Amino acid sequence: MCVTCGCGDTDIVPVPVHERILANNDRVARHNREHFHDHHVTVVNLMGSPGSGKTAVLEATARQLGADHRLGVLVGDLATDNDAQRVRAAGIVAEAITTGTACHLDAEMVHKGLHRLPWRELEYLFIENVGNLVCPAVYDLGQDVNVVALSVTEGEDKPLKYPTIFHKADLVLITKVDLLPVLKDIRLAKIVENISCVMPRPTVIPVAATAGVGIDSWVRWLHGVGKPRAAQCAAAVSGVR
Amino acid sequence: MHEYSIVQAMFDTIEATARQNHAVAVKRVHVRVGSGAGVDVSLLRTAYDTFRVHTICDDAPIEIEEIALRWTCPDGHGDIAPGRPLSCPACGRAARLAEGDELVLDRLELEVP
Repeated sequence: MCVTCGCGDTDIVPVPVHERILANNDRVARHNREHFHDHHVTVVNLMGSPGSGKTAVLEATARQLGADHRLGVLVGDLATDNDAQRVRAAGIVAEAITTGTACHLDAEMVHKGLHRLPWRELEYLFIENVGNLVCPAVYDLGQDVNVVALSVTEGEDKPLKYPTIFHKADLVLITKVDLLPVLKDIRLAKIVENISCVMPRPTVIPVAATAGVGIDSWVRWLHGVGKPRAAQCAAAVSGVR
Repeated sequence: MHEYSIVQAMFDTIEATARQNHAVAVKRVHVRVGSGAGVDVSLLRTAYDTFRVHTICDDAPIEIEEIALRWTCPDGHGDIAPGRPLSCPACGRAARLAEGDELVLDRLELEVP
């Protein structure tokens, strides 16, 4: 209130907030991450444009690892559960998160999606994000690693055009490399060079999922990110004995 | 186009802050957005202007401070020139993002009784 004359007029006051706009998403993501940590589940946030080959990579991963490891998938799409069906047909558990109009998954959608998946039993949970090279980069989901699928058909300069998603990527899978012989203007080395301008620790694995090319390297990389957790688990068990 | 989701999240914080301060209206909103935050500033402005009608922010323009992306050597050899590989040309270490990924509700101007 105006205290000078007591007239009852309102005052305009500055109020500092200094809070991340997505602070609430960050809180839910931390909650997810604690759950995953407690149950020794390694979580991969798989992002990429529509048609970059994310689902094909997961099908190939299921074929390679599904028999010996417990894998699961949460897959986000605006409509249909087609991708979840494809992954299930490859032999691993999968549930769809149908986002309606949302162009990305957020931590809350993942949290709710987990309720429909036996995620505590998994060694690896793959979250196949909505096909989009912009929006998914903004939302933490509680994952351990970010992987971007970038197909050779998207052009050499795609990383320079959409840099943000690569800034926090731990790995780029350059997909559909079996098409390179017919793509005369596309050089793999140039794609890698452009990735190094937008990714501080450029790590790439060229793959052709349907032909099985590069899947061994991808699986070795996955074992690398998953192993510490498995080792901790084993150590904890032997400690109990 | 996730700017509408971002504005929705921003409104949750604005409304909570206004309530805590017993504000009758919000008169101005200040945000900081890095060019590497994955947010289009003009879309954010449009989304905010669409959302604020008939809310506590009806009379509150948004001020957006844009922050350029800056990568730097973690060992103090200086910034990486834009467009160059994100490793230090002097020591080879991977660059660190010094600023430019901010997406922050910085402050509000509130009308209080």
